[in-house]
Amino acid sequence: MAHGPAKGVTRWLFTTNHKDIGTLYLWFSFAMFILGGFFAMVIRAELFEPGMQLVRPEFFNQMTTMHGLVMVFGAIMPSFVGLANWMIPMMIGAPDMALPRMNNLSFWILPPAFLMLASTLFMEAGAPNFGWTFYAPLSTTYAPETVNYFIFAVHIMGASSIMGSINIVATVLNMRAPGMTMMKMPLFVWTWLITAFLLIAVMPVLAGAVTMMLMDINFGTAFFEAAGGGDPVLFQHIFWFFGHPEVYIIILPAFGVISEIIPTFSRKPLFGYASMVYATSAIAFLSFIVWAHHMFLVGMPVSGELYFMYATMLIAVPTGVKVFNWVSTMFRGAISYETPMLFAIAFVILFTLGGFTGLMLAIAPSDIQYHDTYFVVAHFHYVMVAGAVFSMSAAVYYWLPKWTGRMYNEAMGKLHFWISFIGFNITFFPQHFLGLGGMPRRYADYALQFADWNMVSSIGAFIYGASQILFLYNVIATIVAGKKVSEPKTWDGANGLEWSLPTPPPYHTFTTPPDASVIEENSTVAH
Amino acid sequence: MHKALVAKLLGGAIVMFAFAVFAMPPLYRLACDVLGIGPQQYSAYEEAAAAVDESRTVKVQFMSTNQGAMPWVFEPAQFEVEVHPGERAEVAYYAKNTTSRDMVAQAIPSVVPISAVDYLHKIECFCFERQPLGAGEETDMKLVFFVDPELPKSVGTLTLSYSVFDITDRVASEVSLN
Repeated sequence: MAHGPAKGVTRWLFTTNHKDIGTLYLWFSFAMFILGGFFAMVIRAELFEPGMQLVRPEFFNQMTTMHGLVMVFGAIMPSFVGLANWMIPMMIGAPDMALPRMNNLSFWILPPAFLMLASTLFMEAGAPNFGWTFYAPLSTTYAPETVNYFIFAVHIMGASSIMGSINIVATVLNMRAPGMTMMKMPLFVWTWLITAFLLIAVMPVLAGAVTMMLMDINFGTAFFEAAGGGDPVLFQHIFWFFGHPEVYIIILPAFGVISEIIPTFSRKPLFGYASMVYATSAIAFLSFIVWAHHMFLVGMPVSGELYFMYATMLIAVPTGVKVFNWVSTMFRGAISYETPMLFAIAFVILFTLGGFTGLMLAIAPSDIQYHDTYFVVAHFHYVMVAGAVFSMSAAVYYWLPKWTGRMYNEAMGKLHFWISFIGFNITFFPQHFLGLGGMPRRYADYALQFADWNMVSSIGAFIYGASQILFLYNVIATIVAGKKVSEPKTWDGANGLEWSLPTPPPYHTFTTPPDASVIEENSTVAH
Repeated sequence: MHKALVAKLLGGAIVMFAFAVFAMPPLYRLACDVLGIGPQQYSAYEEAAAAVDESRTVKVQFMSTNQGAMPWVFEPAQFEVEVHPGERAEVAYYAKNTTSRDMVAQAIPSVVPISAVDYLHKIECFCFERQPLGAGEETDMKLVFFVDPELPKSVGTLTLSYSVFDITDRVASEVSLN
């Protein structure tokens, strides 16, 4: 019954194996990360000096739009789906994902979607240029014709996400090994379960928003057009009803990764496991009722501003619980600082910083000052890059030896970390100053007083970008020629069912469920 | 074993799609009506006129905006009037189609401050209908309104602003659909 993978390219095209599909997702998302990063380099190169140097403003707008879309929908989201595919069955003692053929489909519709989106760059009308938030009427009445390709691509991405999420929910609810109760699941599984429910709830809303755009553009409806009795502000409400849960869709799996790594390298069980589960659920619930804090300037009544302001600030409570638990896990632990732990600690510090600027932006009267400035750009890159991307880097270093049976180069990993950490902060910390100084986001040029910090920020961006090449090299070098490792536990402090498997794990794992005693021995939950 | 769960989850996704497309726009309109914001009063005010309150005078200002590349001349005939609450006033907006083709326009009203929105009652307004103007044609468009005597004491000045949109293509496509 146990057999290896098929040979050649058909292995990847027709695979229904969760490890293969996880690998496909991870490589695809890294390719998108490089593409989106290239767009970011164009943006920072143009902003290196005031005035127009390299590109025309129209193209600059296409770059900011494509950078956001590719990074959010192409790099970060699929990377965590890939991680879920690899890790969830191994963490809960399941032989595979619940719906393996749908799993294949949900991956393989992604590359055509992004090919279609990227192909608009070579069309006469140019790529979408209305920002990744695609506010109407900029994305309807005034959009380039290629907006239809963008809409279709978003539909496909949404379908892929919904299928992937249904798969994850079915796997977690139906496929757990006997004895793996809900409150024994590793936190990464918990955060992904909650994320999957968020995705099923809001990806259809995004699909609805782009469908309404499609109708307005091509079929004469007027959902978002004032001339026909519609309202552009309605678009913002619908978009952010999707968009705010979306930011937690991105960050919750990252919370899960960090909650696996910090206990391992602190050699202590996670502090406050149950409170982590409840805090994650609370964040997910609150994410649905705070969306209009992105819209403090649309002309809301004061009562609305107050409600959205206080509701938003409430999210700091469960988030604070999580940060407290991570720090408490490290407290008096026998900590060692391997590369995954370095990224995890940087995550805790920098994500918290991004959380604080988020609180500043949540205060409606302050937001009137900060709205659409580089302060906002700095804020969300602290939570998206130092949050999601750093945790993804940590996850790759943490599980790569398990996946491949080969150890990565620790010195090169640490070098990657320090260059990333320094490069990231040089890029984005000065953007706080630029924003507070009044520099608006999404412009190809800026006033002279912003020149110095923009140059610093651009230099940081080139450093951060270059460090990812080092990362790619380290991963490939590990796969091709890394030192072989075979002990089940790569890290002596690691817990969880995946570490009870041989290294590297065979193509099919847990074809018979693990014993209750194995589950107990390897539990990530404090006894 | 997975069928029932998958059906439920898929059903949930479909319900959320329907919620976005069919429920959110009407809910938004409802919220705007309740809160007095967003697109305002599209049809004539039909309740009986109130008694005139001559002890108070309110200033009503008029503004106009051409949306996008709308080429018409569009402006109020007078920029402000002073009225007593309850007193009917008649004003006009001047419009001229400066192009050499027949066009159709739609004016969308907006009132500030928000606290005064419910107290400006339009009895007749060009904004209730589409405005077709032939090439080079001009017209004075009528607006009859009164300010409700219940207007909060803190409001001394109201601003009524119209944005005019070119809907020629939209009307043409509706005709061809019919």
